[in-house]
Amino acid sequence: MNWDWSVVDAFMPRFWDGVLVTLQALFWGCLIAFTLGLVWAVAQRSPQKWISWPVTAITEFIRNTPLLVQLFFLFYVVPEWGPSMSPLTTGVIGLGLHYSTYTSEVYRSGIDAVPVGQWEAATALSLPRGHTWRAVILPQAIRRVIPALGNYVVSMLKDSPIIFAIGALEMLGEARGFSNETFTIEAYVVVGVAFLVIAYPASLLLRALERRLVQ
Amino acid sequence: MMTSEFFTSWFLPGVWVTIQVTLFSAALAGVVAFVIGTLRTSRFWIVRFLSGTYFEIFRGTSALVLMFLFVFAIPLMFRWQFISPMVAGIVALGLTYGAYGSEVVRGSLAAVAPAQREAGIALSFTRMQRLRRIELPQAWPEMIPAFNNLLIELLKGTSLVSLVTVADMTFAGNLLRLATNESAPIYTLLLVLYFVFAFILTRGMRLLERQAKARIGQKPEKLGLLSGLRAKPSTDVVTGTGGVK
Repeated sequence: MNWDWSVVDAFMPRFWDGVLVTLQALFWGCLIAFTLGLVWAVAQRSPQKWISWPVTAITEFIRNTPLLVQLFFLFYVVPEWGPSMSPLTTGVIGLGLHYSTYTSEVYRSGIDAVPVGQWEAATALSLPRGHTWRAVILPQAIRRVIPALGNYVVSMLKDSPIIFAIGALEMLGEARGFSNETFTIEAYVVVGVAFLVIAYPASLLLRALERRLVQ
Repeated sequence: MMTSEFFTSWFLPGVWVTIQVTLFSAALAGVVAFVIGTLRTSRFWIVRFLSGTYFEIFRGTSALVLMFLFVFAIPLMFRWQFISPMVAGIVALGLTYGAYGSEVVRGSLAAVAPAQREAGIALSFTRMQRLRRIELPQAWPEMIPAFNNLLIELLKGTSLVSLVTVADMTFAGNLLRLATNESAPIYTLLLVLYFVFAFILTRGMRLLERQAKARIGQKPEKLGLLSGLRAKPSTDVVTGTGGVK
């Protein structure tokens, strides 16, 4: 087996740069996914068919097509009519948009789990619709879905290396650059282990959180 | 935009590669899911521990990183390589999605009514007989909706093989963009194709579900055209958890 620790040492500075980019992408991606997902979920429950139907169709389409191709679309097609964005920005938007269609399902199930009596009470008090959502339904729904949303953060972390395909230098991108320059492979292994080291404790933490919130 | 020569020499073979990768890695993932999933219900703690470790490791790694390890790192580290990058991609996808599938199998087996298992013991069935004759046939219809979602995730995951030099349809799309500089039609076509494949897979799985449910005397529910593209199973296959309560 070929293994050289000095190569690992040499890779470390670039590895930490990569970790920083991965975490940035993850943070902003989550922010987009969580807010946009909520928008989708509420829009899908709209009584107006012309709102709920297109939103359902769009989210289904995004959820059933690969993130990689969506990223290529955002990176190469969108600048033809719209703004051109940096690879990292495109990656963040792609990740966020893709995962917003998953989080919308999570929110939806959380909203469905709010007892009908809560809706009826809001109607009986003649609360306006916006107020019903903000003050009655969502606070109860979101509490229930926090662990499930957390699990999607871990999934997003594992999908984040895909953004290197459009040139964002996160962990895997740095490893590839380093390995190609030095003809070594240790960097790939370091990154592989890094994902495990981040993802496994995170999922343990989420399981503990889930147990507490369910009780 | 697309010359017919390019279409027949790159794009159609690419579509075929995508289909092959999907089918082979789905078969491997299915085997892994059933083996690891049933081992995780074993009586012996060491078997449960080892199969649980497999699940946690592959749930914690990114399929893309695994592919890079298989294609670039393993040949240099161990002087041994997969027959082709495509095989490496299939194995990486199969092992990863098989781990997610094992959670589906484990969850569905655990959901079979305990009285069924006890009846098997009372009739002095062996452990294998119980599994094969009683538990799996009843757990199977419960698994299909989750497997449906997993299959779509796998189909989407096959696009990653284009990043380790396998000429699937995403790879052909990228070549075409480089050749013609026209990206809008090609990427739109790719997205639509993946969506159509996902739709076909869903219809197939729905058929399987109807048959499986009929076999154990349950009536399948009816669903609309778009409402049922994704099933709503008890296991969330994207995160590999028990799903939303």
